[in-house]
Amino acid sequence: MMTFHVETRNLCKEYSGKKVLTDVSFGVEKGEIFALIGPNGAGKTTLLRILDLLDEPSEGTVWFEGTQVDYSARDRQALRRRIGMVFQRTVLFNMSIFDNVAYSLKVRGESEKYVKQKVSVMLEHLQLRGFEYRNALALSGGEAQRVALAQALIIEPEILLLDEPTANLDPRNVSIIEEVLSRVNRERKTTMIMTTHNMFQAENLAQRVAVLNEGEIERIGTFQEVFEKPSKFLTDFARLENVFSGVSKVTTEGTSIIDVGDGLQVEAAFKKVGNVTFYVSPEDIILSTNRLFSSARNVFEGRIMQISDLGPLVRLKVRAGEDFILQITKRSFNEMQLNVDSKVFIAFKASSVQTI
Amino acid sequence: MENSFLEEILNITLLSLRVSGSAVLIGALIGVPIGVILGLGQFRGKQSLICFIDIALRSFVNTFMGLPPVVVGLVVYLLLTASGPLGPLGLLYTPAAMIMTQLIMIVPIIIGVTMSAVGGVEKAIREKALSLGATDRQAAYVVLREARMGVLTAIIVAFGSAISEVGGIMITGGNIRWVTRTLTTAIVVEVELGNFELAISLGIILLTMAFAINLILTIMQSRGAKR
Repeated sequence: MMTFHVETRNLCKEYSGKKVLTDVSFGVEKGEIFALIGPNGAGKTTLLRILDLLDEPSEGTVWFEGTQVDYSARDRQALRRRIGMVFQRTVLFNMSIFDNVAYSLKVRGESEKYVKQKVSVMLEHLQLRGFEYRNALALSGGEAQRVALAQALIIEPEILLLDEPTANLDPRNVSIIEEVLSRVNRERKTTMIMTTHNMFQAENLAQRVAVLNEGEIERIGTFQEVFEKPSKFLTDFARLENVFSGVSKVTTEGTSIIDVGDGLQVEAAFKKVGNVTFYVSPEDIILSTNRLFSSARNVFEGRIMQISDLGPLVRLKVRAGEDFILQITKRSFNEMQLNVDSKVFIAFKASSVQTI
Repeated sequence: MENSFLEEILNITLLSLRVSGSAVLIGALIGVPIGVILGLGQFRGKQSLICFIDIALRSFVNTFMGLPPVVVGLVVYLLLTASGPLGPLGLLYTPAAMIMTQLIMIVPIIIGVTMSAVGGVEKAIREKALSLGATDRQAAYVVLREARMGVLTAIIVAFGSAISEVGGIMITGGNIRWVTRTLTTAIVVEVELGNFELAISLGIILLTMAFAINLILTIMQSRGAKR
């Protein structure tokens, strides 16, 4: 049996009677980037705190390289020294940037010379050169988060835990951090477990993702696997509608035809072969009572299944092979004299078909 | 005459500084570590017994922060008086007795203020240190370091109440000229004798001195905050 670098078995965690994690089991391989995605309150932070040995699980076990964590003070400390953690809320010590970054080495009793050289390399990596003697409490959010990452990375951890490492940061800081993470993973084979609710980050960085919902792992696998036939929870969480999966074939014109099943074939502007999951946003769908002759490559006939009034907008569910959700203005809705079971046509352009 | 008058004022001033300075120094050595331990208590487990002892200790400290100096003076007097348990030491009416009085008065203040400064440091700071590989002791040191401004405040407050205290040292020091007369006790005597000019001068010296010392400590505090 293969051993995982980090593994949890049937983890449960309760805080004053409230279940935060239920039966969470997963394994992460050495050198893998593993993303935990889920909404706020799903238990992602609690899970990372347990992996960083700051909290003990109420039930279940944590394993590092096939050895069970026994939670003795010595065990905790020894393991923590192999793990780096970047917290969701950036906390820095009231000292200079240099001292902040040097801290993890100093508590390990490293020599001054080594610390100095190491810190300067680390600051360079995170584009923080020249910040050495500034006080850590005078930094912007992005700079502070980069310092926090430097603190965790300077010990060259085997395992790096990242709790929403780029939440609320501007694009420049996000890209600096993402670049450093993927480089460290590539060069050092650092195992990383990160939480995020940025789907694109999960897709770009992680080899596998687990979807955490109310303390339970709902799905686990590659990004494609997880988002293939996504559950209601997942599409709600990602705010995705009209998510479909099918087999894609490339056409002679360079577009793709995706066979969704039930006789529904959708044309998309991308070139992909094989299984794909895609979505069409409700705003991109045009509704008409007659078949439109237009540039839209996808036109389907269907019936209105459901009508919901959203004030100035009306949201419709149209069954055209699959169920499509779309939005039109109330005025159009009234002028078109629509009703449940009305026969309608829906149309959207090939370029409105987005892959996940 | 003029000379010996200035000399006496100098003697009184220096004695005030010596007594209150020693009391604060010893008080800090005793009070800061206790305050840190009690302050760190919030980070520890929440077993009900420990919790109860913790609350009891805190309330105890908080009560003693407002100890009336006269009562402390009386207790120390009863301890040091010839027939008291510490009578044989012969410390009554000496600067040592006065230091003892002020010490008892300010230790709770130092403990209390240090305790709340350390307790006020976010839990996240300690967890961060632990997460970065610190031992429990190293993490406690980081918490203390983050609380350093509060600890300095504890010392400033303690010095302020020691130097301005009069009731306690009057009883245990006895206000003896050249031996145990301090600025505050001298002011009391001069007012009783109707020497208001002298009393006012001594009062100005006392205020100036307190201001100067607080100024130094505050400068240290604002510098330290940035480090």
